[in-house]
Amino acid sequence: MRGTSLSRTIKWTLHYAALLAYVAVALFPLYWLFKVSITPNDILYKQGMALLPSKVTLDHYATVVGKSDFLLYFRNSIIVSGVTALASTLLATAAGYAFSRFGFRGKFWIVGLMLVTQMFPLVIVITPIFSIFGVLGLTNTLTGLIIIYTAFNIPFATFLMQSFFDGIPKELEEAAMIDGATRFKALVEIVAPLTLPGIVATVGFCFTGAWGEILFALLLNSSPSASTFPVGLLLYSTRGTVEYGPMMAAGVLALLPVCVFFFLIQRYLVQGLTAGAVKG
Amino acid sequence: MASIEIANVRKDFGAVSVLKGIDLSIASGEFAVLVGPSGCGKSTLLRLIAGLDDASGGDILIDGRRVNDLPPRDRDIAMVFQSYALYPHMNVRDNMAYSLKLKRTPAARIAEAVGGAAAKLGLEALTERKPRALSGGQRQRVAMGRAIVRNPKAFLFDEPLSNLDARMREQMRFEIRKLHRDLGATSVYVTHDQIEAMTMADRIVAMNAGVIQQVGSPLELYDDPANMFVAGFIGSPAMNFLEGQAKRVGTGVKITVGGKAFCTLPLALALPDDGHVTVGIRPERIGIGADRNGTTEAIIDLVETTGAANVVHADLAGQPLKIFTTQRLQLAHGERVPLAFDAGHVCLFDRASGGRLR
Ligand SMILES: Nc1ncnc2c1ncn2[C@@H]1O[C@H](COP(=O)(O)OP(=O)(O)OP(=O)(O)O)[C@@H](O)[C@H]1O
Ligand SMILES: [Mg+2]
Repeated sequence: MRGTSLSRTIKWTLHYAALLAYVAVALFPLYWLFKVSITPNDILYKQGMALLPSKVTLDHYATVVGKSDFLLYFRNSIIVSGVTALASTLLATAAGYAFSRFGFRGKFWIVGLMLVTQMFPLVIVITPIFSIFGVLGLTNTLTGLIIIYTAFNIPFATFLMQSFFDGIPKELEEAAMIDGATRFKALVEIVAPLTLPGIVATVGFCFTGAWGEILFALLLNSSPSASTFPVGLLLYSTRGTVEYGPMMAAGVLALLPVCVFFFLIQRYLVQGLTAGAVKG
Repeated sequence: MASIEIANVRKDFGAVSVLKGIDLSIASGEFAVLVGPSGCGKSTLLRLIAGLDDASGGDILIDGRRVNDLPPRDRDIAMVFQSYALYPHMNVRDNMAYSLKLKRTPAARIAEAVGGAAAKLGLEALTERKPRALSGGQRQRVAMGRAIVRNPKAFLFDEPLSNLDARMREQMRFEIRKLHRDLGATSVYVTHDQIEAMTMADRIVAMNAGVIQQVGSPLELYDDPANMFVAGFIGSPAMNFLEGQAKRVGTGVKITVGGKAFCTLPLALALPDDGHVTVGIRPERIGIGADRNGTTEAIIDLVETTGAANVVHADLAGQPLKIFTTQRLQLAHGERVPLAFDAGHVCLFDRASGGRLR
């Protein structure tokens, strides 16, 4: 008896030690980001490797918010990511529903084509997009970025949504239609509430993807008025000097909306909403 | 209440023909049971009536009106799905009320209808629960309730009892019949269970491979099957089929099985030229034991007993034979017993086509 309880304690300890190590590794970069953002410049290099700074300041945050275009970048990022997330999800939901529920001519090829778009690194299309956007006047605009991000998000988001719709038994809609609903009404009142976790996950996926994107943001939008915050962060590292403090402060601020966003949506990400629909 | 008329309805999935010309008319208020083996097209036919799929050909009429081009919601038909298909995010009451809400029924009227259905189905205590918190039988009743609150033109049931245990199934069978008696609604009930078909139907529609084999009352199908499929499908234990010879003698037909006399039918039948026939006889139409004046002998193989009755497996001239009897017999393996066949209940079938010889 004692032996088993001892070995259980050991197992338990190892179990949590492993979890703790995992969490520590995952969170350490974030901690470091935060630590640097509150360390005054004069001790930043002197106490470089210390885990805790001996003095704490919010100066960097004041610099970022008060003396830079950060708020503008931030606003741009919110607009671009928000619109991208909504537009991609809306289109992907419609397309995913069609792929899941209808058979139509050319379906195989459309799905194949969408898969193909996922196989190439984006870098190789930058030049053509740049020249096309130049002609259309879409460089240095938020609209341009929104179009690009939405276009790149749609294939994967569509597959994501299709798999969520596939998980909803077709009989549920049919039952609703027999009960007197149109297909659209059945979609809105029966299928959509059940797909909500999927829709929210897709919104989250598209939002974070657009929020952190830098390649296109940097190359297509060079003017500050249309820059997003990842580009703004780069401005803190000029040739020769890197202003670590403000850069990290800006990074922390940039994390906030994503954190808030996921905090708000996490309860929709719970699975199991369709339990009980059909006999299993 | 409405009649349902199905005229030469076909359904193809690509190159596969699933329904091959179905003709059927179901009278107003009738309880028709579609029965047939898995994959014969029962659900497909039901979905065509409901409007969930489009027929590849033919006409479907409800109350004399062609509905082929009407969407499901305009057909005013209720359906209980094979899988129940309850709305998982709604509680029992909302599940049942959904159709009435769509029709903008006044709230008081909805409450009354849902309350009535819940009472009838014994669901009053469960109205606030979500489907996931219900047992299979309870879900099944909710699915039923969702159909009956509507007072539709007709009910369609797609194997609603197939996932219940034997006792529950028996009880629900009874409940559905009672419900039909009370509401008098036209119903089409799909099952692959011939007992359900026999016990519930006003009329049975036996289907196989997308073709209707026979339509009639349960006893018509039981006593007077149109072909070997129906004869073998309806009834448990199933009808015995023996390979035999038939020869006309006078006004009757003399049948031999394995060269031995089987029985003589007092009817003139159209027989095939070579006399090869399949002889069908139900297990309970065979008398066993010396006291039955039996002339043909069989060898006992095995006896199964349920307490109420025995099923005797025997060997007749090299062919297996089942005998159903309520006598409690002491029979040993290998024992020879005399059998008597009730000539009035022997059916002859064409061996090649399986059709009934009349
Ligand atoms: N969408 C479809 N595409 C191709 N074939 C189909 C489709 N739906 C059904 N079938 C075929 O049609 C036939 C009849 O199917 P159906 O569902 O009507 O059978 P069923 O009689 O209801 O059987 P069960 O008792 O198993 O429910 C089956 O062979 C099935 O494979
Ligand atoms: Mg079926």
